[in-house]
Amino acid sequence: MSPADIDARIRTLVEPFNKKAIAITDATTFAHDLEFDSLTVMDFVAEIEDEFDVIISMNQQAEIENWGQLITAVHKLQDS
Amino acid sequence: MATAMTETTTAAEPVDLLAKFDPIIQTRESLLASGVEDPFNLVMEQVLSPTRAICNGRDTILLGTYNYMGMTFDPDVLEAGRTAMTEFGAGTTGSRVLNGTFRDHRDVEAALREFYGMDHAMVFSTGYQANLGIISTVAGKGDYIILDIDSHASIYDGCAMGRAEVVPFKHNDIEALEKRLKRLPPEAGKLVVLEGVYSMMGDVAPLKEMVEISKRYGAMVLVDEAHSMGFIGEHGRGVAEAQGVIDQVDFIIGTFSKSVGTVGGFCVSNHPKFEVLRLVCRPYVFTAALPPSVMASSATSIRKLMHGGNKRAHLWENSRTLHAGLTALGFKLGTDTPQSAIIAVIMPDLEKGAMMWEALLREGLYVNLARPPATPAGMTLLRCSLCAEHSAEEVQTILGMFERAGKAIGII
Repeated sequence: MSPADIDARIRTLVEPFNKKAIAITDATTFAHDLEFDSLTVMDFVAEIEDEFDVIISMNQQAEIENWGQLITAVHKLQDS
Repeated sequence: MATAMTETTTAAEPVDLLAKFDPIIQTRESLLASGVEDPFNLVMEQVLSPTRAICNGRDTILLGTYNYMGMTFDPDVLEAGRTAMTEFGAGTTGSRVLNGTFRDHRDVEAALREFYGMDHAMVFSTGYQANLGIISTVAGKGDYIILDIDSHASIYDGCAMGRAEVVPFKHNDIEALEKRLKRLPPEAGKLVVLEGVYSMMGDVAPLKEMVEISKRYGAMVLVDEAHSMGFIGEHGRGVAEAQGVIDQVDFIIGTFSKSVGTVGGFCVSNHPKFEVLRLVCRPYVFTAALPPSVMASSATSIRKLMHGGNKRAHLWENSRTLHAGLTALGFKLGTDTPQSAIIAVIMPDLEKGAMMWEALLREGLYVNLARPPATPAGMTLLRCSLCAEHSAEEVQTILGMFERAGKAIGII
């Protein structure tokens, strides 16, 4: 799956969590722009994991701050 | 080089490393500015019994001390400690692996093997260190730890220290656990970490299903039974015993600072190579061993807990009565049924929670105020933990206090 396809799919997944309907770019951060707390992160990550049949460990999550990094990480996980 | 550095270096502005805690300082100050007593600065001036103390100058019923079996003033437990202190001195001044293993350290480990019916027992200075030590040592870089998202801080800290890959799953969700185990590389080392009773809400884990699934995927299993030892399961060995899977659990972690009534932590196991951990587990090696008096008191307490059937039954009665009474009064509780000796009362927010906590204290009742980040889902909780030494009348008195305070604050 191409990064663009992954981006499109995760955009659908994020909708229910993006309460203020923030416009998302690659630079959009989860903690500040989207105001995700730890519980939201867990639910959102679980959705992505189920959708792509991957595991994003907490160690990997700690390296992901913005949208672009998430797409890159999921793309990499998909290939491995 | 050195000279050049000195010449170009000007005095830098000092950077205050504590500035990052300013938001916490502000939250605390605004809470105290509202006039409530500081919930995190309570002093017990006198302790009268396992269930009563003079707190901030008031005679207070204790309902938040995890002293489940009321062993803190047991005459045999006290006498064992006094004798050991007289014979062996006040402290060990050394690590367990050097000069810190006395007769009673060995004896308390024997008592734990008897209590759990297991081959090995290792005693740490606290329960926190037991989790920190065992988890960080058995699961290292390249291994996976799969844990419940609501796990205790000591479990998370153990994960961080060992540098394993940490994979959390939704609280008590059997399917979420299995999905994650299925996706991990079959050849990788895996440790599933669960708790018998989760201390924030007082709910019990579905260990039967979770342990079986973990084993099916080749994972080892660690269960923290800190909040169940002494009164859950036929022999008080915990939730894993009650659900019939204790034989499949690789490591049980526990503490002396709850039902046992002293201080210390431990791990029991049937793993044939378990004893090697004494040499490689840093939180075991690089700290001083507990005082001999604590070890002697603990050993006596553990052996008495093996015969605590009547006390256990009374503790469960107390838990059921309080749960039913608080529900009838209209409080929102963490569990629909009483599952343990912890009953969590859910508060609308931190401010109301602190007001309610203080109102109860003025009534003469101490409970734990728990708030984020320790609590799940950002909740503020008043956590009640019952004791086998609370009398049936005391539980009724407690319900009266909750009713008056709850009405005064406007929660019920």
